[in-house]
Amino acid sequence: MSIISKDTTFLGYRRENGRVGVRNHVIVLPLDDLSNTAAEAVAHNIKGVMAIPHPYGRLQFGADLELHFRTLIGAGSNPNVAAVVVIGIEDGWTQKVVEGIKLTGKPVVGYGIELHGDHDTIMRASKAAREYVQWASEKQRVECPISDLWISTKCGESDTTSGCGANPTVGNAFDKLHPLGNYLCFGETTELTGGEHIVAARCANDDVRKKFQFMFDRYQDVINRHKTSDLSDSQPTKGNIAGGLTTIEEKALGNIQKIGKLCTVDGVIDKAETPTHPGLWFMDSSSAAAEMVTLCAASGYAVHFFPTGQGNVIGNAIVPVIKICANPRTVRTMSEHIDVDTTGLLQREISLDQAGDKLLECMLRTANGRLTAAEALGHREFVLTRLYESA
Amino acid sequence: MIHFVLHDAKDTVAVVVVEGVKAGTSMTGWIMDEDRMIDVAALQDIPIGHKVALKNMAIGDTVWKYGIDMGKVVAPIVTGQHAHVHNIKTKRW
Repeated sequence: MSIISKDTTFLGYRRENGRVGVRNHVIVLPLDDLSNTAAEAVAHNIKGVMAIPHPYGRLQFGADLELHFRTLIGAGSNPNVAAVVVIGIEDGWTQKVVEGIKLTGKPVVGYGIELHGDHDTIMRASKAAREYVQWASEKQRVECPISDLWISTKCGESDTTSGCGANPTVGNAFDKLHPLGNYLCFGETTELTGGEHIVAARCANDDVRKKFQFMFDRYQDVINRHKTSDLSDSQPTKGNIAGGLTTIEEKALGNIQKIGKLCTVDGVIDKAETPTHPGLWFMDSSSAAAEMVTLCAASGYAVHFFPTGQGNVIGNAIVPVIKICANPRTVRTMSEHIDVDTTGLLQREISLDQAGDKLLECMLRTANGRLTAAEALGHREFVLTRLYESA
Repeated sequence: MIHFVLHDAKDTVAVVVVEGVKAGTSMTGWIMDEDRMIDVAALQDIPIGHKVALKNMAIGDTVWKYGIDMGKVVAPIVTGQHAHVHNIKTKRW
């Protein structure tokens, strides 16, 4: 039984390319670190516009630069975004981001700062942003089938209650969404260490399994090159250990609960790539919370499930992040951050099926427009993943 | 009240899910996969989220959780003791 079926609908914004968003953001996207100041000035000038500052974009090259472009273009292309103003230090790469986002059909324009300076750039970009935000404010939500909703997951500040309560709740919800044809995503490559055989066994076919194993081994090679004991208290983290998690294997086995008991792993993507068919996708990704959620946003996911144990406070600039917690101490001490309380699960007061439904109900309300705790608190984390040093 | 939970009857450690477990506390545990209860007395104070040992374990033994290998014992552990980074270590890194 489930509270959702193929007839379930939600109210979303249908974009020019057919994708459905649950938010209606107009964003000012800096190409690089140097353009943050102008982007933030535009967002200050024009109400209802959001700047998304970040620290990178200069002297990157090769695969690292490709990932930078893929992440920025993906973020701008996300259906939660109505329109985009791009600002960069120079025109060439600025227009590359503009052209990438333009493929979605949404309004997008770019401004290079060189030969203009901040003042003139801010003025011109503000004029465009004002037009966009007024245009976007007339967009109406329309009824959409539940299968139009793309949902990603990643856990953070996990403890042992994550593996027993919050993560299985996500798994139960994924098991109910998967047969309806939703696009789903999980990742956190190193955090599968000790449970990689379980994920491999869940792959839908040998081709997917081969791709998963390639991504897993590729990341292990990076770890092995720089390896320290417990990765210097980063896997598991200090917070994980304080919460009772002891080894990476234990953390991984809890992590994997998020993909439920029934879902098959139907495809594998590299960081910030866009999935090509419905089903559960594994994305090779960092396990750092803000990096992973940003990559999910860039891949086109519109809602994020974030189970936590010790109380991660994360949000995202583009994607509403729904936080789920089964630790009664965290729910008591950090209640303003928790959207779905599943503490009843560990006292046998509610079933896993009921916990999953509770999350799905919150998902539908969030998709319909209710702000998550992280949105209400102003959390707008947007963190780009780097592959290696700048030139 | 459920003091601790475990996934698989094979598990040699379980998770304390309430605050205030002290040495001597008689604890009730829930085996989630089988929906069955077991009892263990805590030999030490165990914080919420931390693990209690369900059997005596020697150095080098594999620790089981979720019915799966989660690491190795690096200091002897007695049933009811706190099982954590001081007596369990990853086999990976």
